[in-house]
Amino acid sequence: MDSYHTPQSIPRRSASSRPKEHCLGATPLQRRLESVRKQASRAPASPPRRVPQRRSQLREDVDPQKVAFLLHKQWTLYSLTPLYKFSYTNLKEYSKLLSAFIAAEKQKGLAVEVGADLNIRVSFSALRGVKGTHRDPDAVLVQILSKSPLPSESGEVKVLWTGWFCCVFGDSLLETVPEDFTCLPLFLASGAETSTALVGTWFQKTFDCSFSPLAINAFNLSWMAAMWTACQVDRYVATTEFLWSVPCSPQSLDISYAIHPEDAKALWDSVHRAPGEVTQEEVDLFMECLCSHFHRHFKIHLSATRLVRVSTSVASAHTDGKIKILCHKYLIGVLAYLTELAIFQIE
Amino acid sequence: MSPQKRVKNSQTPKRTSRHSNSYQSNLLAWKLKENLSNSKSISKHGQNSTVEDSEHADADELARDALQIAMRYFDKGPFNTPWNKDKTLEKHLKTVENVAWKNGLAPEGIDILLNVALSGKFGSAVNSQILRCMIPATLISEDSVVKAVSWLCAGKCCGSTKILFYRWLVAMFDFIDRKEKINLLYGFFFASLQDDALGMQPYLHALLSLYKFFVPTLISISLPIKKKIYFKNSENLWKTALVAVRQRNQGLSPEPLKLMLGPANVRPGKRKWNSHSLIPVLSSSSHSKEYGKEGMSLSDYLCSNTPFPVEQLKSFLQLLQNIHCLELPSQMGAVLNNSLLLHYINCVRDESVLLRLYHWLNQTLQEECIWYKVNNYECGKEFTSFLDTIIKAECFLQEGFYSCEAFLYKSLPLWDGFCCRTQFLQLVSWIPFTSFSEVKPFIFDCLAQLFFTSTIYFKCSVLENLKELLQNWLLWLSMDIHMKNVMDNSLETTLSGSMKSVFELIHYVGWLSTNALRLESNSTFLLHFVLDFYEKVCDIYINYNLPLVVLFPPGIFYLALLSVDSSILNQLCYIMHRYRNNLTAAKKNELVLKIKSEFIFSSKTYQEYNHYLTAMVGCLWTSKPFQKGSYFDPEVFKKIGVAKYKTSLNLVHHPALLSYAISFLLKEWTEERTVNLSSIRGKKWNGYLDYLFSEGLQGLKHFIQSSICHSSVP
Repeated sequence: MDSYHTPQSIPRRSASSRPKEHCLGATPLQRRLESVRKQASRAPASPPRRVPQRRSQLREDVDPQKVAFLLHKQWTLYSLTPLYKFSYTNLKEYSKLLSAFIAAEKQKGLAVEVGADLNIRVSFSALRGVKGTHRDPDAVLVQILSKSPLPSESGEVKVLWTGWFCCVFGDSLLETVPEDFTCLPLFLASGAETSTALVGTWFQKTFDCSFSPLAINAFNLSWMAAMWTACQVDRYVATTEFLWSVPCSPQSLDISYAIHPEDAKALWDSVHRAPGEVTQEEVDLFMECLCSHFHRHFKIHLSATRLVRVSTSVASAHTDGKIKILCHKYLIGVLAYLTELAIFQIE
Repeated sequence: MSPQKRVKNSQTPKRTSRHSNSYQSNLLAWKLKENLSNSKSISKHGQNSTVEDSEHADADELARDALQIAMRYFDKGPFNTPWNKDKTLEKHLKTVENVAWKNGLAPEGIDILLNVALSGKFGSAVNSQILRCMIPATLISEDSVVKAVSWLCAGKCCGSTKILFYRWLVAMFDFIDRKEKINLLYGFFFASLQDDALGMQPYLHALLSLYKFFVPTLISISLPIKKKIYFKNSENLWKTALVAVRQRNQGLSPEPLKLMLGPANVRPGKRKWNSHSLIPVLSSSSHSKEYGKEGMSLSDYLCSNTPFPVEQLKSFLQLLQNIHCLELPSQMGAVLNNSLLLHYINCVRDESVLLRLYHWLNQTLQEECIWYKVNNYECGKEFTSFLDTIIKAECFLQEGFYSCEAFLYKSLPLWDGFCCRTQFLQLVSWIPFTSFSEVKPFIFDCLAQLFFTSTIYFKCSVLENLKELLQNWLLWLSMDIHMKNVMDNSLETTLSGSMKSVFELIHYVGWLSTNALRLESNSTFLLHFVLDFYEKVCDIYINYNLPLVVLFPPGIFYLALLSVDSSILNQLCYIMHRYRNNLTAAKKNELVLKIKSEFIFSSKTYQEYNHYLTAMVGCLWTSKPFQKGSYFDPEVFKKIGVAKYKTSLNLVHHPALLSYAISFLLKEWTEERTVNLSSIRGKKWNGYLDYLFSEGLQGLKHFIQSSICHSSVP
């Protein structure tokens, strides 16, 4: 399942309409199933994708400061099913409830109070503008903050844990889910795993949703490599690097393959045809070229190993479901692809 | 209470009891021990090898005896003398305190002491002394607490004792073994705290404000907003004692109460963030907060028509009485373990309820599916039992979940045909009714690949489950058509669409079966499963009231007809008999029916049936097999050397029945040395028929009685 040669199903963004109505009515549930079927039925080759847009699609009112902290940080990815009865007007109440929940979990066996003197505080806020279309719901940021025991002395607040939920071009999911639900299929967390577990548990209990780790298989990593190489970056901040893993015992062997970003771009331009669109054939060709080049020098068939990490100046992604976004300009583009993967996982 | 708290509590005694059961037991046991104490101490000496050990044991024994006596004193008295001058009381109190702070008290001890402290037998100083040392070694029985609350109602103790009791209750809440009855007492707690004006005590104040935060309407008194520290850990009277007792009882473990779910408990990846089972624990939803509306007082809340929490749902009657105000679970996945809620799900038309279940089930199935995880077969058992639970729910609902269908789309192409085979094939049999041609590429094509490359047993189980699938679809359709308005214009098109889908399924199974029989050298075993499927198929018109008659392909029919196994032949006869009944019934209703079905009223179906019938009559009765309309070329028989094929097939000579004919002859005419098979004719033929029927060939009997005219005795 994780081999580079197995084209993994990728959601196709197409309006789902049932050609012929059966005995079933078109309830949201059936529309959902319909779209799952659509995806399962797609041709072996993945549909062409657009290269991430050059122009940032962040809406005008977004505060660049607010997005800056999303960059240069490693996030663990999760897919998240739609939240039931989540309301953007209740964020303050959620902050209180979640901090009470965390406190209760941490001091199990003893009574707790609400709000004050727990040395931690939870903050919920909307990350306006982190979305693809106006139909996408606003991203939500959750942070666990520490408070110094004497708040009057120093107002210093330390961020202990950060997580955010977003939906970028999530139309295929949005159109099958009724109003009661909020679709934020992609969840990114940074901080202690125990905190992620606490927050996740609270969300699962409160909004009847379900989290699942989002791994990125080799097939999707190649797509990322190709799409991110195709991006026009003003200044290359990192070399383009691929990490291949050779499954051998007792310890697995990793092969790092780094090339200058400009060389990678030149290679891409030579295999790339239609501007603004990336096809499966191009991705395959791009990777084949890289592998055959490596084989020429080292006589190692990389295609027989497993691609586990891709790093570019735009972003880097690990097969474990870890991502680091480096380029502000392509933040939305990267999130759009990750949203797509998350939606595919929850369907 | 959160689920894991409950679970943890239940685990606690396991851990501690190993070390503490030597002195903890029920009251009855205590009394017994007391009687035996003399002889016991003697035997102890004999057992222990070193003096030190025995001395230590003696000290323990002494302490234990003292505790038993003290407990008996508190339980029964005598309290003749004024308590404050009672030296005995002091002594016993000291004993209890020592044991409590050292090892904690057993549930029975706490029960006795609570009773004493709140019954007002002693003064408040003694009461508070008792309450302060009530440290549980393992758990606290819920009944003890309920009894204590009833003492509060009796008003035998003063305010300070009550406060101390409430503080103790708050601190010990997690140690109470069950919470159902206590949950019912909340109304009393709040009323008592407010009415007795005890609310001004900081601890209770804190409790009230905590509840005011979650359920504002329950608390009517005003509480100051800015009041900071309520329950400081260090301040807690019992906490250190609890930790110390726990440590001592656990033995070497230096770690204090580790109740938090640490990374050690979390499997790599995500693994069970907070629950011990895949399926969430049932707990009421936090969404319906109607009782949280402003202006609803405590008394209103207690006696009005409030939402009915799902945790309290115990009987079907309760479900019926509260179906309009049922508070749904906060995590819909919990319904899988609750048959009453499955009933509710079954009749609910709220799409969001089903969507919540759908999304959860979808993601969980995917995440847990073991063949997605490399080298992770240890959770296979868990996944299997999860699938079993789902299938059980589907059987209960008589309906498949859409999530399972979606799961099959994704997982079937990756399935090895071995892992969780039973469960996986059962999931296939619960695919909700749908257009066959639409799902064929994702499910049935993949299944066919596995089918043809697997063992005969796999083939048989696939056929068995496809039979179940057919049955589920037929049941669903027959119910669905029943419920739909007959005058509905769209009925005709939807019905024929549905019939087409069923037809395609049957056709697919026919194709699978024909090829499988070829691959498995016409195995009789496999043929049984194939015919089982057609036993369902032949009765669709009569059993399910659906306008569809589909015959089996010739590859199956002739194989069964010429089988050497009499049970196969018998089954074939039965199926042909049922086909006949269905076709006759359909023909009769042809004029009455509004809907013309291309599937039964096509002359092709009748022609095909008549072909088969002719062949059967020829083979079993008239000894004139394969004449006109036969699929066989007479040349074939010449080639294979069966020249006299025309006379060699009837009820007597049929390979499946030959042994019956011989034993019939041997039985009737035991003195004969040679058997003459051709002697079975005329009257003897009828006797032979009766013999066959008496041997259990009921299918044959039905067939002959319905399809063969009796005058045509050869």
